[in-house]
Amino acid sequence: MLVLIGIPIVIVGFMLKRNPLLVVTVAGLATGLAAGIDPIEVVAAFGKAFIETRYVAIVWLVLPVIGLLEHAGLKERARDVIARITVATTGRLLLAYLAIRQTTAALGLISLGGHAQMVRPLIAPMAEGAGEAKLGALPDRVRFRIRALASATDNIGVFFGEDIFIAIGSILLIKGFLDQNNVPSEPARLALWAIPTAIVAFIIHAARLLLLDRQLARSVNAGSDRHDGGVGAADLPRAARGTRPAARE
Amino acid sequence: MIRLEFIYVLMGILTGGIAIVNARDGSNPRRVNNALFWGLYSITFLFGSYLPDLVNGLLVIAMVLTASIRGLGQGASDATTVSERQASARRWGNRLFIPALTIPAVTLAGTLGLKHLSVHGTPLVDPRQVTQISLAIAILVALTIGMVMLRPPALAPLFEARRLMDSVGWAAVLPQMLASLGALFAVAGVGKVVADLTGRYIPLDHAFVAVATYTVGMAVFTMVMGNAFAAFPVMTAGIGLPIIVARFGGNPEIMAAIGMLSGFCGTLMTPMAANFNIVPVALLELPDQYAVIKAQIPTALPLLLANTLLMYFLVFRF
Repeated sequence: MLVLIGIPIVIVGFMLKRNPLLVVTVAGLATGLAAGIDPIEVVAAFGKAFIETRYVAIVWLVLPVIGLLEHAGLKERARDVIARITVATTGRLLLAYLAIRQTTAALGLISLGGHAQMVRPLIAPMAEGAGEAKLGALPDRVRFRIRALASATDNIGVFFGEDIFIAIGSILLIKGFLDQNNVPSEPARLALWAIPTAIVAFIIHAARLLLLDRQLARSVNAGSDRHDGGVGAADLPRAARGTRPAARE
Repeated sequence: MIRLEFIYVLMGILTGGIAIVNARDGSNPRRVNNALFWGLYSITFLFGSYLPDLVNGLLVIAMVLTASIRGLGQGASDATTVSERQASARRWGNRLFIPALTIPAVTLAGTLGLKHLSVHGTPLVDPRQVTQISLAIAILVALTIGMVMLRPPALAPLFEARRLMDSVGWAAVLPQMLASLGALFAVAGVGKVVADLTGRYIPLDHAFVAVATYTVGMAVFTMVMGNAFAAFPVMTAGIGLPIIVARFGGNPEIMAAIGMLSGFCGTLMTPMAANFNIVPVALLELPDQYAVIKAQIPTALPLLLANTLLMYFLVFRF
């Protein structure tokens, strides 16, 4: 029972908004000690695990390119391009991205999307740009909701697409685990049985995205009397941009 | 043969460069902390594979203390103004998309093509890591195209990366820390204890209760561990195989496939899956730390229910 100590530490730490790095480290060390592992070995195990998981940091490698292009106006361009396509709305754009992300993930191409290389420089500015073109200046609250949904769409697309690909990590993990337990299984059939969930996931999220445009319109109209332009300090210049006339008609 | 180590060297150079830029930036009141944090991170990339585990562990703890005692700061913004960027956007037009779209295009080409290349019988790229290495190569190609096209000062990419990396801050390291915590949980046997408790306190003598306990258990345990891969062996050994398969005669392939996807519903709802849920908050400069999770819950919960029903109706039928 005592080895569960890490779980309440994490929950309380996150709730109290302590620095998550510190919370996680304390939880890890406490768990190791509670399991009766020597303190020196706990630190070593932590270091070993950290080194073995360095591959998750690869997303940051894209920052020099993205920074360079943003400096040259990539986000602004993405917005303007989408604003000129009259049928493009925030919801439809994200729906198209969901379809592409899920399909490519189902073909095993999970690195084609992602938050650093696709969502921040392209998808989020396009989704905001489409909203601006239809609704005029967006209050920050609406802007932030659009961005959060852009990220959510990327995650949902990749999660419920990738398991249809037979050589993806999770399928291989299932196969390995069932083998260990002497249960025969076939990667192709495991991937096949991922399809019903993939379809339902697409339907649920697509329905939400189709309802989004109307919701955003309501939200912009309802909040138009209290334009809160100062929330995202990092984004002040962009909020000021909203004063240009809407690009529609 | 090109391995992940190639990427780690690139990451080491990047984070090391960020540390040096920070150290020389007088406008950042926390510049020592920033320089130390990224400098230590750089060491884990460049030398982590050769250092003893204990030294790596101490490096990580030093990073955590640097980030949490007085914390990290940011230098004065040297970002361009909106009007400058708009002027630049007009000047370059759609050519700006070329380097950005080079990344997915070259990644795709590399993923499909590099597998088949070999030099004197050794594969050119470690076949298990083709995707990651293709992505790294694609980034280098895109960077080259961007530099040739835009002709910025030579160190501009490093300064831009520094600006973005410091706006993300410690969250950049959180995914790795959480993955390490998961590994410690596994060493300490947390999973087994949870499975025992679930099995002991929930009556699993009806097929639907067993299925629902398994799918919801996968989601909840994934939320705790931050990773469905960690939850899957535990819940499947604890409930899936002994109850759904052995007692009620369910199909193990269907159970496993839908069980894993139930875990993914949990991934959408937890800050522990930091690379999916917390990192984008930092990247998109959202004020609410849980904004992405909140945007995902309305999809994740109905989908978890759907998974439960799908498993119940399919697992005993095929």
